[in-house]
Amino acid sequence: MSVDALKVNGLQKSFGKNHVLRGIDVTLEPGSVTVLMGANGAGKSTLVKVICGHQRADGGSMTLAGHPFDPANAADAIRQGVVTVHQSIDDGVIPDLDVANNLMLDRLVERSHGLFVRERHLRAAAAKVAAEMGIDVNLRARVSDLSVADRQMIAIARAMARAPKVLILDEPTSSLSATEADRLFALIDRLRDQGVAILYISHRMSDIRRIADRIIVMRDGAISGTFDTAPLDYEAAVTAMLGHRMTDVDVAVQSGSGPVLELSDLRLTQGAAPINLEARDGEVVALVGLLGSGKSRLAEILYGMARPASGTVRINGENYAPSSVEDAVAQGVFMSPKDRGTNAVIAAFDIADNMTLPFLKSLSVGSLLSAARQKTRAQEMVGQLGIVCQSVSDGIGTLSGGNQQKVMIARWLLEPAQVLLLDEPFQGVDIGARRDIGRHIRATATGRATLVFLAEIDEALEIADRIVVMNEGAIVGEHKNQNVDLAALVANISGAQSTATGPQP
Amino acid sequence: MNDRFLDFAIRYGFLILLFGLIVYFSLAAPGFFGPLSAAFVLQSVAITGILALGVTCTLVVGGFDLSIGAVATSALMLSAYSMVILEHPTVVAVFLCLGMGALVGLINGLLIVKFRVPDLLATLGMMFLLIGLQRIPTQGNSIATGMTLTDGTVAEGTFSAAFLWLGRHRFDVVIDRLLPMPVVIFIGIAVLIWLFLGFTRHGRLMYAIGSNERAAALVGTPVNRYKIAAYMISGVTASIGGILLAARLGRGDIASGNNLLLDSVAAALIGFAVLGAARPNAFGTAIGALFVGILLQGMTMMNAPYYTQDFVKGAVLVAALVFTFYLSSRRSGAGH
Repeated sequence: MSVDALKVNGLQKSFGKNHVLRGIDVTLEPGSVTVLMGANGAGKSTLVKVICGHQRADGGSMTLAGHPFDPANAADAIRQGVVTVHQSIDDGVIPDLDVANNLMLDRLVERSHGLFVRERHLRAAAAKVAAEMGIDVNLRARVSDLSVADRQMIAIARAMARAPKVLILDEPTSSLSATEADRLFALIDRLRDQGVAILYISHRMSDIRRIADRIIVMRDGAISGTFDTAPLDYEAAVTAMLGHRMTDVDVAVQSGSGPVLELSDLRLTQGAAPINLEARDGEVVALVGLLGSGKSRLAEILYGMARPASGTVRINGENYAPSSVEDAVAQGVFMSPKDRGTNAVIAAFDIADNMTLPFLKSLSVGSLLSAARQKTRAQEMVGQLGIVCQSVSDGIGTLSGGNQQKVMIARWLLEPAQVLLLDEPFQGVDIGARRDIGRHIRATATGRATLVFLAEIDEALEIADRIVVMNEGAIVGEHKNQNVDLAALVANISGAQSTATGPQP
Repeated sequence: MNDRFLDFAIRYGFLILLFGLIVYFSLAAPGFFGPLSAAFVLQSVAITGILALGVTCTLVVGGFDLSIGAVATSALMLSAYSMVILEHPTVVAVFLCLGMGALVGLINGLLIVKFRVPDLLATLGMMFLLIGLQRIPTQGNSIATGMTLTDGTVAEGTFSAAFLWLGRHRFDVVIDRLLPMPVVIFIGIAVLIWLFLGFTRHGRLMYAIGSNERAAALVGTPVNRYKIAAYMISGVTASIGGILLAARLGRGDIASGNNLLLDSVAAALIGFAVLGAARPNAFGTAIGALFVGILLQGMTMMNAPYYTQDFVKGAVLVAALVFTFYLSSRRSGAGH
């Protein structure tokens, strides 16, 4: 192709004294997927916001297909052919309308559409779009009833209905399971073949390996590396992102002392296979599995949000059957849930209030809260976890994703736990913060059993002493985190018949 | 510089406006600036202020209570019925009313958390129900000593002196017999709710529920109990408002208290704008009530006709809401 789809020249943007973008040069070519990597705070989001018209640049220029491009606002950028699918999918769909209406929504907005909706035409056109995009869902289904992956597909399909020259996907897989992500990648492949220039922002190495044609790495507001010769040098890209070599995290595997958490013949649902599992004091156990493998259900049962069909759970030899989350917390079982935005972050609160939320009682005199004690405790945790913030009285929204997650984890390290459950603790977290969290969880593991629920094998290998694989509500494999047979692990996860690596004592 | 000015405007704009208003009326309306006029303003906002503080609690947990006006008028009628017709002593009448308020709050709360009725609809239904209910025992008539009952007997009871004291007593502050009892109760409740919401762990958890209910539940907060508690607080404060109204009027007037709901909701919403809080808070609510009171008092003293009052209140409310939602969103948008 002779003309670049989008060319960014010397883009600059500052917020006060903070230079977020200092002279960015990027070109996007038609029919190619460019992955944008960068730790939190590198300036990725700001770059995207400038390109998609949410913010104006302070300096530099952009051209779109050879013509000057300076979008006044988001709608202008879309009109000119730059379409962005943002991280939170629900911004891109109307949950209460059905699939067909969602797909045709942009058509309905056009003045040329006329007053009345011609239902049959609308459905025919929607079916056509769905077929083109390879979306296989009931067009009459309400979008709110669909899975996250389907909603994401529809958001992208809507974006594609405008025939964009440039499509920006901002961490599209952050809430997708592996199989769902595969469907998304297939769609991206198809769009690439249609000649769309795609800018793909992600933290996940597995995604990047799967779809990247080129990799651009940002660090401290500048481009720190461009990789476009096959085979792509992923390790060098990570190095460019972090500024130092990615070293495999060395896990000094602990087998733990006495058993803390014991599951015996626990059936997650009626008719599921019984689960037997033991987690010991000081041990970090990773439970890996795809969406629907039952690991979320297990987490819910342990945290008092759901009841098992049968079987018993014991903690330190005593029967444990929490009737509510409140009850679970009172018995020393803490959980940091996944999707911190919906499940954990109190947007209206500052860092100290967010962090101390579960244990306000112990930070109060009678009912009266001690702000001083809250601050002291929060500051301790800020120091221990290396949370980057001006002060603990800053709003939680001022922190980057990685630091927000650190606050959410710190919440449950304030008081000693019997059992600590971490559900997808590395979701939307840059690699630096991920290492910090992993290191701290391992360093504090003594005195409790730690269960980490993960979809990514890489992450499990980084944090766990033992990796337990779940599939269809049952435990299908167990691996000590030492010279792990990756092929066997992957086979367990994908549900290929049980391998030689059976459960270990 | 511009950011800092915006920040300052959001934080102190409303208080500066209030101060400016006082200065303006003091200069323009002779007699506005003085203890008597101040006591009158406070007196005029005390009852709406008390109701507004209750509704603030429900706003904090992300809910809304439309039934407060109806609870207050029900308490008014109930206290009259209890004392004039049933001839109960003061204490019984007061506790009956408080109990009624708590019960209505409990039912509201249960409708919302157990039966999953959206808060606006549940409390709207309750409002309707109470407005109807308070008319049934007296066939729609007001209650006064000496009225003839359906069975032909004459109501012999009276509002006791102790009960009327609640609404009419004036404390000696600066001048003799200056500060009315309802104002003292209003200030007392304001301080209590301010402490409760701002400085206790219960208040903090209620704000957490209002901001992200799911996250609050997942740290082990008994969300349902706190929500029910918020509606019960709202019900009890509304019944206190009704008691004070009855004590001031000295009769069970079926037609009074029509404006209570709108005025108190307005005060609570204006409170969002005070100190740039952008969320419900007790201090803001009290200031919001005061703001409306001062504005109306000043206008009345400058001979503005009474029928312009609602228009002015509405205008203040709309301005405060724009202030809260537009300016604050610009501030948070610029912060990144």
